[in-house]
Amino acid sequence: MTVSNHNWRKFKNAFMQTLTFVCAILVVLPLVLVFYHLVKEGFSALNWNFFTKLPKAVGEHGGGMVNAIAGTFILLLQAAIFGVPIGVLGGVYLSEYGGSKLNWWIRFAADILNGVPSITWGVVVYGLLVVPMHGPSALAGGIVLGMMMIPLVMRTTEEVLQLVPGGYREAAMALGIAKWKTTVQIVIRTALKGIVTGVLLALSRVAGETAPLIFTAFGNLGWAHKLTEPIAAMPLLIFNYAISPYDDWHRQAWAGAFVLLMLVLAINVGVRFLTRDRFKQKA
Amino acid sequence: MPATPNPATAATGLNFPAGTALTARGLSVHFGRNKVLKEVSIDIAAKAVTAIIGPSGCGKSTFLRALNRMHELNPDARMEGDIRLFGDDIYARGVEPVIVRRRVGMVFQKSNPFPTMSIAENVTVGLRLNGLRDKKLLAERIEQSLQMAALWDEVKDRLNAPAISLSGGQQQRLCIARALAVQPEVLLMDEPASALDPLATQKIEDLIVHLKKDYTIVIVTHNMQQAARSSDYTAFFYLGELIEFGPTAKIFTNPSQKRTEDYVTGRFG
Ligand SMILES: Nc1ncnc2c1ncn2[C@@H]1O[C@H](COP(=O)(O)OP(=O)(O)OP(=O)(O)O)[C@@H](O)[C@H]1O
Ligand SMILES: [Mg+2]
Repeated sequence: MTVSNHNWRKFKNAFMQTLTFVCAILVVLPLVLVFYHLVKEGFSALNWNFFTKLPKAVGEHGGGMVNAIAGTFILLLQAAIFGVPIGVLGGVYLSEYGGSKLNWWIRFAADILNGVPSITWGVVVYGLLVVPMHGPSALAGGIVLGMMMIPLVMRTTEEVLQLVPGGYREAAMALGIAKWKTTVQIVIRTALKGIVTGVLLALSRVAGETAPLIFTAFGNLGWAHKLTEPIAAMPLLIFNYAISPYDDWHRQAWAGAFVLLMLVLAINVGVRFLTRDRFKQKA
Repeated sequence: MPATPNPATAATGLNFPAGTALTARGLSVHFGRNKVLKEVSIDIAAKAVTAIIGPSGCGKSTFLRALNRMHELNPDARMEGDIRLFGDDIYARGVEPVIVRRRVGMVFQKSNPFPTMSIAENVTVGLRLNGLRDKKLLAERIEQSLQMAALWDEVKDRLNAPAISLSGGQQQRLCIARALAVQPEVLLMDEPASALDPLATQKIEDLIVHLKKDYTIVIVTHNMQQAARSSDYTAFFYLGELIEFGPTAKIFTNPSQKRTEDYVTGRFG
């Protein structure tokens, strides 16, 4: 082996290492930039009014987005009520019941649904619900987000249930415990933290969705008094403010984006907390 | 009862002092196209320990699981033949597997206490999930079952601690207590001590000898000394067939089949 050959090899090694390092930095960079920008531009607009006041009309100073913050929570609550039971039970079916052929098709469909562009969901619910109800509504907004959650929750639920060792199912059945009780009291209980984690991650995914809400929840500068009225949501208001020509609104959009990011971050930290606890229990 | 002759028992002329708990006649089990248990006919003595021995893959676990219909959890498994538990056909129409399993309990090779439950909750889980609510009765059953499983003295001060905080041997005795708590008539054990150290194994063996006062026990083991020490009857399986069945002393000192002799003396398997 010659010296030059050795050097060439060393160079290739160093080159690859540098290249992968640069790419790794490029992955993290957007997050850092987004965070820096949001804090820089949005933090000044964050004040008590932001969390307590309704949006002001154009030209007037001040105002907040309390209705949009509340709206996002109401939409997420509806989405959870609608999407979590169906998603979790679907995941339980895939993992604990069902034939392998049918399951293959359900999984295939769920994976495709997980890849459907979110605006498509908005159009679908627009046709199914908004048109028959003669207008956008909080209900339609909640349902579209819930529908997006179903395949996500279903797949994660199935995955964590599959992680429960078969020995627990056998032990329970050998005690003469019926299958459904074994499923609920032994299998689901063992995997509960994983299921909750999956639900929270799905919630944080749909929390920032804007496109499907344009057709369904529509947005509202004031309060929605009924679920059949259009409702404000943070992503919608951020979008509307951001494309407006007013500096005041731009600042509000930054602040809203910052709060939304914090919400998603809080959910993710909560998930980390839950999973950390789970591993501790396993050890 | 069907009048099929039973070559195994007929050959040994067995007369069980406490009667017969289980009778299997022409028991075959298929996994898909594979016939892994071939027309096994055997009687299991009540209030005694019956050991099942044989080389790996000969169908010991399959036989055991047919006795409480656990094999039905596997959709590929198919069973033929007749099994009676104290005279009741456990495969008769309308007999729920759930009921059979309450009468014929099972302990597995790998201890598997439920990780989300405390020691006490693990013991009572079979009762609670079948509707028993009476706190006093549950407390009685906890002590009684743990006593029988020789675990009470070690855990009585921490019944509410997580079951997975116990040692491996303690976890296996907890699983035995859990199976005993539903008061089965027969206890099936599939290599219950093979994952344990010698001391923990010794405890399980002592416990088995103790339990036969009240229970019928069928135990699968690869440990010849264990079978010789703790069982009253021994059945030798080979390639899915029951080769020889008789009193343990006879199987180990004076077997009538060459293959049995080769196996118990360690010449193959
Ligand atoms: N779920 C299954 N599907 C298909 N074949 C199986 C299944 N379980 C067992 N078998 C086959 O049945 C035969 C008997 O298996 P079994 O587990 O009863 O053997 P065993 O005597 O308990 O062996 P070991 O001593 O290794 O536990 C083996 O040939 C095995 O490959
Ligand atoms: Mg086995």
